Amino acid sequence: MNIKDDFLSTDNTRLSIKKVLILGSGALKIGEAGEFDYSGSQALKALKEEGIETVLINPNIATVQTSEGVADKIYFLPITPFFVEKVIKKEQPDGLLLAFGGQTALNCGVKLFESGILEKYNLRVLGTPVQAIIDTEDRELFVKKLDQIDVKTIKSFAVENMADAKTAAKDLGYPIIVRAAYALGGLGSGFCNNEQELEALAEKAFNYSPQLLVEKSLKGWKEIEYEVVRDRYDNCITVCNMENFDPLGIHTGESIVVAPSQTLTNSEYHKLREIAIRIVRHIGIVGECNVQYAFDPDSEDYRVIEVNARLSRSSALASKATGYPLAFVAAKLALGYGLFELKNSVTKTTTAFFEPALDYVVCKIPRWDLAKFHGVSREIGSSMKSVGEVMAIGRTFEEALQKGLRMIQQGMHGFVANKTLSISDMNKALSEPTDRRIFYLSQALQSGYTIEKIHNLTKIDNWFLQKLQNIVDVAKDLKLTESFNDLSDDLLLRAKQMGFSDFQIARLMFDIHENKSHIGDEVRAERKRRGILPVVKQIDTLAAEYPAQTNYLYITYNGSANDVKYLGDHRSVVVLGSGAYRIGSSVEFDWCSVNALNTIRKQGLRSVMINYNPETVSTDYDMCDRLYFDELTYERVMDILELENPMGTIVSVGGQIPNNLAVRMSDSGVNILGTKAPSIDNAEDRHKFSSMLDDLKIDQPRWQELRSLSDITEFVKNVGFPVLVRPSYVLSGAAMNVCSNQEELEEFLELATEVSQEHPVVVSEFIENAKEIEIDAVANNGDIVIYAISEHVEFAGVHSGDATIQFPPQKIYVETVRRIKQIARQIAKSLNISGPFNIQFLAKDNDIKVIECNLRASRSFPFVSKVLKINFIDLATQVMLGLNPKKPEKSAFDLDYVGIKASQFSFTRLQKADPVLGVDMASTGEVGCIGHQFDDALLTAMLSVGYRIPEKNIMVSSGESKSKVAMLDACLLLSKNGYNIYATHGTQQFLQQNGVDAIDVNWPDEDGEHNVMQMIADKKFDLVINIPKNLTKRELSNGYKIRRGAIDFNIPLITNARLASAFIKAFCKITADDIDIRNWAEYK
Amino acid sequence: MHLVLENGTTFYGKSFGYEEPRAGEVVFSTAMVGYPESLTDPSYSGQILTVTYPLVGNYGVPQGITENGLSTFYESEIIHVSGLIISDYSFQYSHWNAQKSLSDWLKENKIPAIYGVDTRELTKIIREYGAMKGKLIFPDKEDVEFVDTDSENHVAKVSCKEVITYGNGKKKIVLVDCGVKHNILRCFLKRDVTLIRVPWDYDFNTLEYDGLFISNGPGNPAYCNVTVENIRKAMTTDKPIFGICMGNQLLSIAGGAKTYKLKYGHRSHNQPVRMAGTNRCFVTSQNHGYAVDNNTLGSDWEPLFINLNDGTNEGIRHKTKPYFSAQFHPEASSGPTDTEFLFDEFLKLID
Repeated sequence: MNIKDDFLSTDNTRLSIKKVLILGSGALKIGEAGEFDYSGSQALKALKEEGIETVLINPNIATVQTSEGVADKIYFLPITPFFVEKVIKKEQPDGLLLAFGGQTALNCGVKLFESGILEKYNLRVLGTPVQAIIDTEDRELFVKKLDQIDVKTIKSFAVENMADAKTAAKDLGYPIIVRAAYALGGLGSGFCNNEQELEALAEKAFNYSPQLLVEKSLKGWKEIEYEVVRDRYDNCITVCNMENFDPLGIHTGESIVVAPSQTLTNSEYHKLREIAIRIVRHIGIVGECNVQYAFDPDSEDYRVIEVNARLSRSSALASKATGYPLAFVAAKLALGYGLFELKNSVTKTTTAFFEPALDYVVCKIPRWDLAKFHGVSREIGSSMKSVGEVMAIGRTFEEALQKGLRMIQQGMHGFVANKTLSISDMNKALSEPTDRRIFYLSQALQSGYTIEKIHNLTKIDNWFLQKLQNIVDVAKDLKLTESFNDLSDDLLLRAKQMGFSDFQIARLMFDIHENKSHIGDEVRAERKRRGILPVVKQIDTLAAEYPAQTNYLYITYNGSANDVKYLGDHRSVVVLGSGAYRIGSSVEFDWCSVNALNTIRKQGLRSVMINYNPETVSTDYDMCDRLYFDELTYERVMDILELENPMGTIVSVGGQIPNNLAVRMSDSGVNILGTKAPSIDNAEDRHKFSSMLDDLKIDQPRWQELRSLSDITEFVKNVGFPVLVRPSYVLSGAAMNVCSNQEELEEFLELATEVSQEHPVVVSEFIENAKEIEIDAVANNGDIVIYAISEHVEFAGVHSGDATIQFPPQKIYVETVRRIKQIARQIAKSLNISGPFNIQFLAKDNDIKVIECNLRASRSFPFVSKVLKINFIDLATQVMLGLNPKKPEKSAFDLDYVGIKASQFSFTRLQKADPVLGVDMASTGEVGCIGHQFDDALLTAMLSVGYRIPEKNIMVSSGESKSKVAMLDACLLLSKNGYNIYATHGTQQFLQQNGVDAIDVNWPDEDGEHNVMQMIADKKFDLVINIPKNLTKRELSNGYKIRRGAIDFNIPLITNARLASAFIKAFCKITADDIDIRNWAEYK
Repeated sequence: MHLVLENGTTFYGKSFGYEEPRAGEVVFSTAMVGYPESLTDPSYSGQILTVTYPLVGNYGVPQGITENGLSTFYESEIIHVSGLIISDYSFQYSHWNAQKSLSDWLKENKIPAIYGVDTRELTKIIREYGAMKGKLIFPDKEDVEFVDTDSENHVAKVSCKEVITYGNGKKKIVLVDCGVKHNILRCFLKRDVTLIRVPWDYDFNTLEYDGLFISNGPGNPAYCNVTVENIRKAMTTDKPIFGICMGNQLLSIAGGAKTYKLKYGHRSHNQPVRMAGTNRCFVTSQNHGYAVDNNTLGSDWEPLFINLNDGTNEGIRHKTKPYFSAQFHPEASSGPTDTEFLFDEFLKLID
């Protein structure tokens, strides 16, 4: 008999690979974020287990993968063919992994392949072959490839006349969508349900464009994804499927996503699964791959949207959703393992060749930060705008969703019991999705919209809408309940099983105000009295079929027993993580959290993590002894602490979210390790902190909390413009602004905020041309153990998260350093700090003022730790555990090299946003690079965040006279180095008068030749420098158009005179070839 | 209402099915989709099914159309489970092909069902103690006795009562119905065969055929001695034989091997099997409580598939003759479709 003949393989040998190069994804950006730190770290772990030497290129210094001991060699260099080739030449690796660093690594790998560099160095790509990657990336090849196996793709026919348009439409089947090629802004595009509609539309469209693209309309189709794994023996599994709550049209990164799919029948689920496996086999993936489908809600018709031949955001989510370590397994498969040769890392006894069975539902919700950007549209659609995401786990959809809506931390308490959003046109708010649509859905249901009506407006599957209705129905019942006596156990339990928080229940019952959280405590007490308690469940990949020693946990009210037995020996330490990545808090806090966990383990204690961000390493269940993938709310953290009964809890390594819980937890008797809650409060509370500084005779910018415009005007008379205005209640736009004159002040207060007795505004004096200096430090009982002082390249006024930072400081006075140390010591003593802290200073001449102090790890902790090669978090954690670590002897002045931290912006993704920097943070990520001097370090860092060294032409409009002067030397240097300077009128005149040749260009709103916008569109410039005239964000100004144009046409843009000068000086002094190819360890 | 297990453990929940107490063997399945298929799978006869995936009922139930003895959407004409246990029931369903809710369908078929149960905890108990007797009880209705499902011949209950012929294809296949899932019929019929479906105890050796197929079925294979004898007779002709699930067990017994009861069976869509002697593995759909003991296979036989998790037998083949079988379900429905090629392999043997 011959059944086996097809399956007998002759080649059973594993690849003999000794040294592997792995490419990271660089700085976090929209569309490419922390998930690649997670996948890269897992891949490195898998290689390490095999005894393979690893070389990592990733300039993202805040990641876990670039930490000591994860990779053998780490290069903080740009992930571009130029630098990667140099590393290949130096390191001579025999294997290359491209699938773990997102699109950045993949693109770079394809370029290296196409240019023959891989062949030149005899470097073998491990896992999916490059040709397979190209087949999935090139649209035409992709369609052709899938046609070969009769798999349907989304096809687009280009037609140039009416007859062809009709034929194409007939082939595709109505409804169709017609797009005018070469027409911006969707002009001439539209849907057609039949031939008559097509005739009418096409006739018009041909007026705009000679060519039309005819596609099948998939409006309202479901979006489904499968994560597929294949080994080199052709064994395939699908680890997870996922269904988008939002129908097709919204990028999966912008959608609420559930796993597993909820509305697919067996036949549908397995039809798509079978196709996914067929595709993956045909393309020849070895490792992991993601297949996205559009799926007809009224039949079993489908189209393949795309295939990602690499680890992706979805694969990270699938890993966390199932407990199946996709990246780890993919790395092993790349080395030649078969799936059946690997173990399920959760059960440790069963095989990795299986498909996880879930006994819970997960819900991913994106986190947007659109309010931080000026001018950006809030509509969401086919391109990504979200900056992070959360994953919530429950045993009902309602529970998972409500958890998730709290996790995104946008001031909402769940699906209901939120502040009311003002909506002028509900139908529009539902049919044109924005970042707030889920909350509009809530309001629509509460105001009596039927599911049918909402479905017609949104095309969201009725199943999801019915679940939302369930939540609204319970909310109604709670509203009708006025006292605990009226509240039945059944209703209370039902509410908890649908994910209502204690506060939501309190608010619905007693109609209380936002900040009366203690009523939530009363519900909590009542609930406990009645014995309505949550249970802890394990994620074990097999739905309890086999015993698993898993420590991966979540909490639910849909259960009657805990999966975990608690020891109650007080030998565990709980670390609160950082939650969703957002602007201002991302991978750096994950690094801090992971390092705290490491130190806890080293001390022989059990480490316990609470976090819910699927893009992180800290939520990898083998990073700690117990992982609670759950909310970081007071209620949930207390639930966990009551079960864990730990030795103590660490709140200072996860950014602001845990920090904010400190006081309330401490009041409830929680043992907060390290700095005590009252000290945290003294630093966080503006008034208390200010009076402490006054007592210590430490200077600070003058400020006042004011409640009326006349008070503000009075205050400004005293301190003078400009002033920094921080409203406590924001209506729209940015939360903070610098106002340079009365007009701007009034405009900002009127448009963006509300000033009232109830909503005061903090106004501070704003010091211009001051240096901004930071100290990151660890103290033990008020005594500083280690510190790092770093200096911003930009003057104060650029948010410290956006600023370019040099460490050790290169250009500050010795006396400034001494003063800063003194002040830090005083503050540490006064607040009796035990643990990490950060203080920000303004320095002008030798005048030092304190701006801010945080009694927690700051964003720059990984950067200074890695540059100094002393792990600040390790020391801080030792302190918090009550050990007395020795003060390291090394100080920053011993370093023979310089570290530069540069920021990554994602303005390309944020259409219409003004790409200008201000007091509110706008960057989505950062890199940290090391050099022998400031110039090479800066150049490496700038190249790492996507800048290119200009070839010839530079466009300069240098703003007001002060910045014109600041830019003069740099312009002179450009001119001397043979660059062509193009400048707008004022700048051109100024440069000419000062002996620098510059070519005059016209402003966007001026006619004639040399219009700057046209030149930008023609890609005439290699670099655009546009310094805004003043510190307010101006809409639709000429400056805005230039800046936006540069972004839209992918021309590097700098908007800060100090940074522009530094960059110019660097690339005029050295070339990319001068940058030393040194790994981290080689800087000694 | 509540669920009582033979060890006294009680789970309280709410009813969403027919309100009449019922006893059976409590088993669990970790499949995440396919409740209409599972509930109509005759192999579940006598069992109270626990679904570990908590959200059930989402897409309703399709219409129960049966044409010429073949159901369009189900795996048989009726629901075969004795009861259903889940965590969260979707009272509202949403699907273009749904005709009624799961709840209505259960009520029509007089099957009790309970939701609000911690199905994970229940599964852990079954995992620890093994599949056990249980009953679904209503407070205002009288109690029922526990039943021992092994004391009954479930195959006889669910098998067809007379010979049914399907299709008019080239190859003539005799299908011994021990409780056949209709997707097995469909898998054959789309491959151009004439299918003669005979009752489990029918002596098919009197018929003319090209190949013999032995179907899946519920319970203990020991009840099917008649079938085993018939298979032994068939083996003297050297015509190809293919068995699925119960068919694997009966073929094994006919070949001299022994079977035993697993602690809690395999019921899921994610059972990994490896084709013995190769590097090829398949994800399979399974539903069985008994297994073939690999060590008792005669010298003419060898394992064809082995379960990667617990090493149990997942199929056998004769070393020289065209006989083979699979313990899992190549016809899927519900479950992954990776091994449907076995039908082609069987038909190739006939050529």
